[in-house]
Amino acid sequence: MSAEKAKKTVPYTVPIGPVHPALKEPVMFTFGMEGEIVRTVDFAPGQTHRGIEWMGMRRNPVQIVHLTDRICGICGIVHSLSFARAVEQIAEIEVPERADYIRTILHELERIQSHLLWAGVAAHELGFDSLFYLAWRVREQSMDLIENLTGNRVNYGIVQIGGVRRDISDEQRALVEKGLDYYQGLLDQMATLFLKDSTILMRCRGHGILSGDDARLLCTVGPTARASGLNMDVRQDYPYCAYGDLDVKAILPPPETGGPQGDVYDRIIVRLLEVGQSIGIIRQCLGQLPAGEILWEPKMAKLLSVLKKAEGEGIGRVEAPRGECMHYVKMAGKEAPDSWKVKASSYSNLMSWIPMLQGEQLADIPIIVASIDPCLSCTDRVAVTRNGQSDILTKEDLTRLSREKTRRMMQ
Amino acid sequence: MAGLPLLPELVRQLFSRPATNAFPSRHLPPSITGFLAKVARGEATIHPPIPTPPKFRGKIVYDREACIGCSLCLRVCPAHAIEFIPETKRVRIYVTQCIFCSQCNDVCPKNALHMSHEFLLATEDRYAESQIVE
Repeated sequence: MSAEKAKKTVPYTVPIGPVHPALKEPVMFTFGMEGEIVRTVDFAPGQTHRGIEWMGMRRNPVQIVHLTDRICGICGIVHSLSFARAVEQIAEIEVPERADYIRTILHELERIQSHLLWAGVAAHELGFDSLFYLAWRVREQSMDLIENLTGNRVNYGIVQIGGVRRDISDEQRALVEKGLDYYQGLLDQMATLFLKDSTILMRCRGHGILSGDDARLLCTVGPTARASGLNMDVRQDYPYCAYGDLDVKAILPPPETGGPQGDVYDRIIVRLLEVGQSIGIIRQCLGQLPAGEILWEPKMAKLLSVLKKAEGEGIGRVEAPRGECMHYVKMAGKEAPDSWKVKASSYSNLMSWIPMLQGEQLADIPIIVASIDPCLSCTDRVAVTRNGQSDILTKEDLTRLSREKTRRMMQ
Repeated sequence: MAGLPLLPELVRQLFSRPATNAFPSRHLPPSITGFLAKVARGEATIHPPIPTPPKFRGKIVYDREACIGCSLCLRVCPAHAIEFIPETKRVRIYVTQCIFCSQCNDVCPKNALHMSHEFLLATEDRYAESQIVE
């Protein structure tokens, strides 16, 4: 389409956001509309930047590990686990086996609650509020389990550098098993409610399509990538914690439902199947839970002195409910890390909105935007401001700044 | 085959009790503040919240006598919520800043810090007496 023609056929833009009831978290969308059809998509994240990395670089790793709990409101363990793994790599700390298993159990419980939360949100975006309430009622069971195991509902504070802070007692083990039985019994019902419903089928089948090639080109991760047919899962490809001992395979949309088509419906299927997979993983973990210590070094003062001496770089990767989450840490023999970078899973998934939304109707935007389960407060790492105004630096600006710096340094 | 599978469940729910705990009162009062004032005067009772789990981390409790003023807790507090008072060699904890990680409890050599089960902490004044533990 030529530029002139595009001007005529795309006569108006529809801005949605930064804060809008159709979006769960703040992001600024600009749609180029042709009637009801979305033709062009642009978005600007960076509305929830909180400078958490800046805070981290002024604290020691034992303090940061609890700061990382607060990066995301839903993934309470993903970020702390990822950060702890990076630091453990640098300081060459070996995590006791029992701690690895407890980390895995909580990681999977979190996946259950996150996927059920997403299922509720997706139903709500479709205007199917009775299903939303049902999904969230069912989710409470996993929240109660997490609360019982860790102490709190949302900010668990369970991960410590070199292990976990709380053990699983025999009574708690029985509770977890009871909770798993509850979900096992519900799986079929949830699958029927979500997948056999004509409303959901109408609104989700064939909408928000992301082809496998696009998913690969845009470096999509997690359930979004798997729904497009990419066989990838950090737990399968690069096992960490106890996953090496367990049987974990990436879940793809099964052939019974038409194989991977990469639409919203496939993303529902993948997430629902992953709830079942998580139940299986927790059962395996409970079955082979080894005895022993849960912390590499229970004496905090000693741990702090070891971390103070640590030097080097480390990368912690974990499979968050939304996809791969990565923390890069560089320590240089000081109390605080030299550098700390968080790459949340949604960061990789945001770009997939563009091919998904093109050609869809305005009314499909909420469900398609929600279908990748975006977590923007996890993602936002940078906000450029100049004279108190938000600003965008283009490639040319950055080149200019770089040249100016060279010139400054040469003087 | 596609249909309306939620319908039977919805009909069933017409006859089941609500899943949520009615807190602070069983029925919505005309004014929440009026209701709470009534509770304070002893004319009404609060419908109790769900009990907290055994390892719950609520408002911090400080045992001033047991504390030896080693200030280890300051080094591990992620929120800088603990202040060391050099004159008395004791600490002061700002509850509004505390993030309830209980790391100071773990590090304390004398077990002077504990987490209670108290969680209804909201006030309008961040320096209120209830928000500072010393």
